[in-house]
Amino acid sequence: MVTLTEAEASENNLPKGGGALVYRQRLATRLTHWLWAISLFFMLLSGLQIFMARPDLYIGQQSGFGFDNTVLSIGARQVDGEMQGVTTLFGTSFDTTGWLGLVPQGDGLARKAFPGWLTVPGYRDLATGRVVHFFFAWLLVATLFVWLIASAFNGHLREVWPSGRELKHLPRDVADHLRLRFVHDGRYNVLQKLSYAGVLFVALPLMILTGLTMSPGVVAKFPILLDVFGGRQTARTLHFVVMIALLLFFVIHILMVVLAGPLNELRSIVTGWYRTTPEKRP
Amino acid sequence: MTRLALSRRRFLTGAALASTATLAGCFDPLGDRDSTVRNVLETANSLTYRAQRLLLGSDDLAREYSESEIRQPQRPNGSTNPRDADYLALANQNFAPYRLKISGLVETPVEFSLDEIRAMPSRTQITRHDCVEGWSCIAKWTGAPLASLLQQAKVKPAARFVLFECFDTVENGFSGPIKYYESIDLRDALHPQTILAYGLNGDVLPVANGSPLRVRVERQLGYKMAKYIRSLVVTDDLHGHGDGGGGYWEDRGYEWFAGI
Repeated sequence: MVTLTEAEASENNLPKGGGALVYRQRLATRLTHWLWAISLFFMLLSGLQIFMARPDLYIGQQSGFGFDNTVLSIGARQVDGEMQGVTTLFGTSFDTTGWLGLVPQGDGLARKAFPGWLTVPGYRDLATGRVVHFFFAWLLVATLFVWLIASAFNGHLREVWPSGRELKHLPRDVADHLRLRFVHDGRYNVLQKLSYAGVLFVALPLMILTGLTMSPGVVAKFPILLDVFGGRQTARTLHFVVMIALLLFFVIHILMVVLAGPLNELRSIVTGWYRTTPEKRP
Repeated sequence: MTRLALSRRRFLTGAALASTATLAGCFDPLGDRDSTVRNVLETANSLTYRAQRLLLGSDDLAREYSESEIRQPQRPNGSTNPRDADYLALANQNFAPYRLKISGLVETPVEFSLDEIRAMPSRTQITRHDCVEGWSCIAKWTGAPLASLLQQAKVKPAARFVLFECFDTVENGFSGPIKYYESIDLRDALHPQTILAYGLNGDVLPVANGSPLRVRVERQLGYKMAKYIRSLVVTDDLHGHGDGGGGYWEDRGYEWFAGI
């Protein structure tokens, strides 16, 4: 970590009162961060486009048409002579007209799982959705690979990985977060480390593996994937569940950036420079 | 007051624009198959094809399941009831006059009757059919390995693809009816699980599932597995058929290699 001396800081005309400016994010970290952001954005919207072709989730090897193994189903049906968007989760149905199943399109409503603003392209086009999805899937995997290699060499991996000692501080860190008290010392706190490590080492690998389990080609080579995830349709369901988890991470990530000082946080992930909280002098 | 009204109107216009031309709507041009960006994105498909060809040996088999996993009839998809005159004439005679023609880059163009194909050594496999839409269905397929038919026709060394010409009209285009067609490379054509199926779940292949013959390409998605097969063409070039994409759906933007 590079720290500017006070002299250098004043030379750079930095406002007084803040703590030292530290070079917190290396180029590899910043670059991979934004490549992931772009990839995940397109993968989410194209993934929902793909899902729209069969907006049902099942458990097992196959989809139940002659039997029931459906856990989620988005559709539209006639209720009292009027169309209604219906989402069924574990057997319980909800009226989701306007949001899921029966969505705004032009001046009226269309029978579609998702509204246009949630998919790429905005209209129904499975072929394009797949082209977009698989392009960014390759980009995502390549970026993960670059990140892993770079981080192993430049020490970033150790910055993200929580140590046993840090894990003991977890309750205190949770309490700090709940009180919205953030420490800006240029290091990740343990909750931050857990969520970043969770995304990079659990969620994204799970996303990639469950995605590959849906490939009839890949599972011909690695049939074990079908056993690990309990069948192609279970893998498809897990792919969807991890997507929701990543979405939750994104929401909390953005919330934390806003709460912790959006300009400082944004500067650090764009330029690398981050202002720490001034240390209290004795 | 005027200023306020103006800014409010400007705000409303902005809001209206934002709601119609939403963020995702910006990417609608990706659906244009001639756009440069689309072509760049599609390079990932050839990467997928090469990666899977590198990874998958000729003999890596798709998983085969046990009888107990056949829990429902095979779900029919795409054409399920061709109305084409030549097809109906054959179907009315139980496909007795049917001849499967193999031509193109072969030493000896051949024709097989359904009885001849049924008399060949057969393969029965219980496999999972994965549709591009996302669903899967397990069924038992019986048929003759495509490799043994190709062997009798003697494929020329220059050959690269096997093209399936089908009976069923999928849509009526400006220049007449468009019939389903598909193609696979020789690697898949000669794969032991690639069969011309005439039996489904122990019975004769029903019309809804592609009688008299449908191909099984177990390491790819359902749209590769042409139904109602009329003839096979062995070729080194897919450009002369349909719009040149190598299949009905490929001509409509779907990737030719459907291994994922």
